[in-house]
Amino acid sequence: MANFNLNINGETLSVDVDPNTPLLWVLRDHLNMVGTKYGCGIAQCGACTVHLGDVATRSCMLTVSSVGNQEVTTIEGLSVNGDHPVQKAWLEVDVPQCGYCQAGQIMTASALLKKNPNPTDEEIEMAMNGNICRCGTYTRIKKAIKTAANPENV
Amino acid sequence: MAKIKTQMGRRAFIKNTSLASGGLVLGFSMLNSCKPKDAEKMVAREMPDEWFEINAYLRIGDNGLVTIMSPNPEFGQGVITSMPMIVADELDVDWQDVLVEQANFDQEDYGWQFTGGSQGIRRRWEGLRIAGATAKQMLITAAAETWQVPASEITVSGGVLSHTASDKSAGYGEMAAAAAKLEVPEEVTLKEVKDFTIIGTSKKSVENHKIVTGKPLFGLDYQFDGALVAMVVHPPAFGLQLKSFDGSRIKSMPGIVDVFNIKTLEDGFTRGYFDTNAFTDLVAIVGKTTWEVMNAKKQLKVEWEPIADSKFKMDRFGTEMEVDVPSGLESTEDHYAQMNEMAERSSTTTRKDGNPEEVFKTAAKIIERSYSCPFLAHNCMEPMNFFAHVTDEGAKLAGPLQAPVLTAPTVAARLGMPAEKIDIELTRMGGGFGRRAYGHYAVEAALISREVKAPVKLVYTREDDMTCGIYRPSYRADYKAALDGNNNLVAFHVKAGGIPETPLFANRFPAGAVDNYLAQQWEINSNITIGAFRAPRSNFMAGVEQAFLDEVAEAAGKDPIEFRLELLQRAKDNPVGEENEYDPERLAGVLKLVREKSNWPQAPSGTHRGVSAYFCHNSYAAHVVDVTMDGNTPKVEKVVCAIDCGIVINPDAAANMAEGAIVDGVGNAMYGNLSFTDGKPDQNNFDRYKIIRHSEAPKNIEIHFVQNEIDPTGLGEPPFPPVFGALANAIYKATGRRHYHQPFATDKPPLVG
Repeated sequence: MANFNLNINGETLSVDVDPNTPLLWVLRDHLNMVGTKYGCGIAQCGACTVHLGDVATRSCMLTVSSVGNQEVTTIEGLSVNGDHPVQKAWLEVDVPQCGYCQAGQIMTASALLKKNPNPTDEEIEMAMNGNICRCGTYTRIKKAIKTAANPENV
Repeated sequence: MAKIKTQMGRRAFIKNTSLASGGLVLGFSMLNSCKPKDAEKMVAREMPDEWFEINAYLRIGDNGLVTIMSPNPEFGQGVITSMPMIVADELDVDWQDVLVEQANFDQEDYGWQFTGGSQGIRRRWEGLRIAGATAKQMLITAAAETWQVPASEITVSGGVLSHTASDKSAGYGEMAAAAAKLEVPEEVTLKEVKDFTIIGTSKKSVENHKIVTGKPLFGLDYQFDGALVAMVVHPPAFGLQLKSFDGSRIKSMPGIVDVFNIKTLEDGFTRGYFDTNAFTDLVAIVGKTTWEVMNAKKQLKVEWEPIADSKFKMDRFGTEMEVDVPSGLESTEDHYAQMNEMAERSSTTTRKDGNPEEVFKTAAKIIERSYSCPFLAHNCMEPMNFFAHVTDEGAKLAGPLQAPVLTAPTVAARLGMPAEKIDIELTRMGGGFGRRAYGHYAVEAALISREVKAPVKLVYTREDDMTCGIYRPSYRADYKAALDGNNNLVAFHVKAGGIPETPLFANRFPAGAVDNYLAQQWEINSNITIGAFRAPRSNFMAGVEQAFLDEVAEAAGKDPIEFRLELLQRAKDNPVGEENEYDPERLAGVLKLVREKSNWPQAPSGTHRGVSAYFCHNSYAAHVVDVTMDGNTPKVEKVVCAIDCGIVINPDAAANMAEGAIVDGVGNAMYGNLSFTDGKPDQNNFDRYKIIRHSEAPKNIEIHFVQNEIDPTGLGEPPFPPVFGALANAIYKATGRRHYHQPFATDKPPLVG
């Protein structure tokens, strides 16, 4: 066990855990932040995506000890009131079906737009390919990302 | 206007004005039904001081807000929005004044709480309308009595009651207290379709705001003070069982509380049809956190042994039977060899029209083809999980279940506890696709909680989820068609089977359209467990039948849509047999609509088209799939889809689900595969089990609904099965190769001709 001071959603949060614990389980089990989802545990499905700095990162294979003082943003911290342009676009396009993967999709999409504010279809596909949606909402996700890229549409 | 009896079950309309508290409010329609910036302004709307329960489905607040209960479990099909829309429309309330709550399991109040078979809206349609209409009638009566005017002179609009002659008006909130004290009217008038104001208009999902902000909604998110985490270890292969285990070493690992054996179903237990379970003897590991239990699980020492041939008793909805479970470690290679052998043998005839054997002898042309598909895993994104807190006083359970009505009796029987002492809270499900109709994991959670005497959340790892059974079976179908000298289809033979069940539907198209018709089936038993997977059996038969008919049309020199329409005309004008399941006119209707909307005769340059149409789960769907080639890889550019499911409650959400069905169809046709070696699944996570991804999904999908006033039927399943056929037919046009074996991505068919 070891103590870690984590910078999550702009707050410093302290946990006492095994250093090898993946960030995903620190968030879910120790900090009661369950918006970040468990899907595969091997960084294949993207349900656990968070931002490390500005980079979309799979939290299921990221040990808590490797986070250091990097800024972590989770779905709960993407915006204060759920009004990030990507969240608004997701509502506007009515993207979710079951909704389980959508936090991960939104985190990957928002990291993409930060880096590339006006992505092409191919760039969206490339960036989003690591996020599985078993319900098959891919065409709506693409539409929502394009809507978010042009906020006057929201 | 149709008058209808309101009797819907003993307690359905018991009034209870003492029920003044609101409970957990799950969804606020107005938050999602308007532009986000408007919603922000509206959130401030105050909750009522008092709620009045009019019936089990709705409560009205003293300020006019209405809480509507959604009775069926929600797994992404959207009933948590569309079912309350039906109630709200008959109630004549503004959608923005509606709050939605997920009902928990309560058979007395909500009857058949089952998500499956695309039956939700179809089975609830009338009851939900009555719930809304009855409440409206009671509000009108309350106003009439208060104002001392005839009820027939009172008009209602948007939650406001008015009496023009006396210039009186009141909101529902003002009359709710009086209405809740009234007797339930014996009959009510339901609206005519043309008078619907909410049904048929697109509303955003009432839970989207919570989804996009990461609020706890799913079973895996369920939080309870002091809850421990549990995992189970099941045999690594079908055909093995637990011999012994040594938990001593992992008991001392950090965070581990206990390690013990549970038996989910006791020997001799008469199982229900949905108690499917290959692995009833498990090792449970309980600890403080998920990661600690995962680690301990990897270190557990277990010995397995082969199972012997065995039997169990089953009560299949009133029919008692014995089910054989064969021993052995099965492999996919052997499965296909066995299926090839069975296809050559005689099999059970389930329908015969005319004299197909004779006609095949004299036919001008005969086309014969064989098709197969592998097992598939459902792979819901949220792995199986359940919360349970079992004490001597009762059991509190919570989690994702499609069929609480079927799981609850097993939990009660296994705990030896009366059903009324068991509460089941229904959480949103992270996917279902049929998998969560099999609630063994709820029973496991309950047994673990009882043993460890603590609240427990049972969590399956992805590997546990993918390897514990309840799969889409592996199937094979052999087709044979005869054309006469004028290229008319004169005989048709389908022979289908699978491991361990047959996929055959003997009475579906083209049955009824061909004079000489033969349908036969066979089965090969297995110890690999299977379960309903989005459109069971149809998900194979639709694709292969529609691919086969494409070849028959080609052999007849006919356009594939024209060819089908000719047969459907025959089935309508002069049907063969009396058992035909489908309405030929409605099946022709979706084909005509998809032909028009896709501009069928003119495929865009460089694209290759395939078509399919199918009836299942009471609804009709047709697709035109456009494929282009990227080197040797087919890419789905566009899918145009036409659906006839009667009245569509929430059109944009319905379109979303159909889009998903199409993506799911393309994905499973191209990549879906669960194979076995010596009883062990070869795929156990998403590194080896390929799920369709963004870049492989169709670029563009258009959904068109047939507009009619027929009572609504299912939508979750019907658009899925025919995708396989339209895709195969489009790929053939693009490559000259016909795919007979799923998944197409690894099938290497020869060039035709």
